[in-house]
Amino acid sequence: MEVYFDNAATTQVAPEVVRLMDQVMTEDYGNPSSLHAKGAIASKYVNDARAIIAKTLKCDPKEILFTSGGTESNNMALIGGALANERRGKHIISTRIEHASVYNPLLYLEKQGFEITFLPVDRNGRVDLEELKNALRPDTILVSVMMVNNEIGAVEPIEEIGTIVKKYNHEILIHIDAIQAYGKLKISVNKAKIDLLSVSGHKIHGPKGIGFLYIRDKVKVHPLVYGGGQQRDLRSGTENVPGIAGLAKAAQIMYDNYNETHSRMLDVKNRFVEKVTELDGVLSNSGEAPHIASISFQGITRAETLLHALEASGVYCSAGSACSSNHPAISGTLKAIGLDDEYLQATLRFSFSIYSTPEEVDYAVQVIAEELPRLRGFVKR
Amino acid sequence: MDFKSFLIKYAEIGTKGKNRYVFEDILCRNIRHVLRPIDGKFTVRKEYGRIFVDCTEEYDYDELVDSLQHVFGIVGICPVLVVPDQPWDELSQVIVEFVDQCYEDKHFTFKSHCRRINKNYPMHSNDVNMECGAVLLQAFPELKVDVHKPDVMIHIELREQIYIYSVTIPGPGGLPVGTNGTGMLLLSGGIDSPVAGYMIAKRGVQLEAVYFDAPPHTSLQAKQKVIDLARQVSRYSGAITLHIVHFTEIQEEIYHLCPEDEITIIMRRYMMRIANKLADKDQCQALITGESIGQVASQTIFSLQVTNAVCEYPVFRPCIGMDKQEIVSVAEKIKTYETSILPYEDCCTVFVAKHPVTKPKLADIEQSETLLADVIDAMIDRAIETREIIKVR
Repeated sequence: MEVYFDNAATTQVAPEVVRLMDQVMTEDYGNPSSLHAKGAIASKYVNDARAIIAKTLKCDPKEILFTSGGTESNNMALIGGALANERRGKHIISTRIEHASVYNPLLYLEKQGFEITFLPVDRNGRVDLEELKNALRPDTILVSVMMVNNEIGAVEPIEEIGTIVKKYNHEILIHIDAIQAYGKLKISVNKAKIDLLSVSGHKIHGPKGIGFLYIRDKVKVHPLVYGGGQQRDLRSGTENVPGIAGLAKAAQIMYDNYNETHSRMLDVKNRFVEKVTELDGVLSNSGEAPHIASISFQGITRAETLLHALEASGVYCSAGSACSSNHPAISGTLKAIGLDDEYLQATLRFSFSIYSTPEEVDYAVQVIAEELPRLRGFVKR
Repeated sequence: MDFKSFLIKYAEIGTKGKNRYVFEDILCRNIRHVLRPIDGKFTVRKEYGRIFVDCTEEYDYDELVDSLQHVFGIVGICPVLVVPDQPWDELSQVIVEFVDQCYEDKHFTFKSHCRRINKNYPMHSNDVNMECGAVLLQAFPELKVDVHKPDVMIHIELREQIYIYSVTIPGPGGLPVGTNGTGMLLLSGGIDSPVAGYMIAKRGVQLEAVYFDAPPHTSLQAKQKVIDLARQVSRYSGAITLHIVHFTEIQEEIYHLCPEDEITIIMRRYMMRIANKLADKDQCQALITGESIGQVASQTIFSLQVTNAVCEYPVFRPCIGMDKQEIVSVAEKIKTYETSILPYEDCCTVFVAKHPVTKPKLADIEQSETLLADVIDAMIDRAIETREIIKVR
């Protein structure tokens, strides 16, 4: 039995998405900038996709900018957003649990003379709102917070954050990395006062190589890619029409039956967390996101060994922290939430999708129950 | 200048007496082998103790030279201009044009070196040299003659056809792979073992390799890394038969039954035993390892003695006297370094003791191994039977 519980890494592309992309690639393959009918057809796919996605965020279609994926969206929001607004100040606020595609652009900005404040999080991985209030300054121009943490599934209080930030100064831009949240939770850019929001296609059964950045009307962002002036000069390059069509189709799958898809994932996740923590010495660090479970195993020296042992029985998951004796790269999030040292290298992430089933959960837990005692025999003596 | 021929120079083969033609034939075969996948059409021919590569179609100069630089036995690669036999009046103009095209800046010293294999050529080689100097000096006044240490040596070989060349690109040296039997390389994901394989292949030894895989303690990525390393070494050595032995069972048994500080050395002894058996099965003449004295606990001279004791075949350890940095330099040259430092474990940390023995005694280790006596032979047989064999090229 093959059980793919690594959906926070990437997901299987939905068959409907594949069919639509096949159509776009083999028949409607025109360039949206071409003046003939083939171009017009392609252009319609892009416009329709914008409209479909805009509806899911309750925003205007022209506020959607297609990119190559989550990393580019985050880079553009942070670097493009900071450069376009630096005359108002050079201070940016983020958190200690951000993904590398947020963290590293921020380090780049730091080298360019920006000052970055990284907010601590509590035991559950949630940003301390008091710390946020204290960190805000007259020269703050941007606050960037992820909506769902990719390692433990903590859901950040983005509406409260939006209220606090905009009350302090409505000109401060709010960027939300929603790469793990889009499709899994409802997002209203207006309610949360979001100015910039990053999304990736392949986390929601869409293809790799496509994503988008929501940019609120009138918010200034500098482009990172220059060329033929596509997408209102903000992101040059011929639009990835099959990717864009596929992304919109995937968004439809996730949001058209939101209640059903959401509860299906949540049920599977809850069942898994409940069953696996019934085993001896197993505990959960999971947040409220419907698709991510972070599980720590007592007595395991190296999570990667358990991961490979599960893999041998067809169960795919992800190491909670990249571990190697030569390069101990302990997970930032697990450290930030104050997880005990003994669990830092003993944590796995299991992440679910709309295709995950209770039977898969039961099988995975059974495999874990079998492998755990064997591997607990290998402790460093 | 567009060269249509390359003269291949080899050195040590010439000293091999009656076996010389065998060595030359193998070298030609190896050259054909590396040229097969690259753009263009090439013929490789032997002629009077010389090997020529003729290019009959369009080809990429850098790609061709790079491929030839991976063939052991070649010491020099000379791009050569081949023209029909012709009188000196015409030939001298060809030489002038050759120099003009090859050297944009003519501020250098030169000497002409003629070999007259075709004894019917109407001029003697000394006369050719003198005449050549004269026409070149006349054509390019910036040139200077230096008969002792010239910047450029212009070779003119008078054969059935006439060969003109002035550049020798260094080859990798060594002996053609396949002229010296086969060795079984113990290949890990580290820096040293691919270098060891390269160095022994350089002496004409064909390679087989064995990798000890221990899932779930090691990953699929670690295994793929070893396959990639074997592929990089095979650019020099030719195809490598890679044996992937499932070692988990043996490793775990050693962990459970043997003293902690001896785990690594005992493990190494079983790896050597298995490699020895595989060498026997596949008619190899030696084992090859990347060991270097004192690099880690299992490579002290005492540990080497204890590991060596289980081997029936000679064990070649070409890195034995090299410092880490020297090994790294070779790894960088043969382009295995980048792959070697990828951070996939080839052996889980729980199997490495905090304080492993550095001066093991053979008797102690043999005593500890008796703890495994009931099960180990069957495990070794199983490991060998279930091995995966991949031809890497």
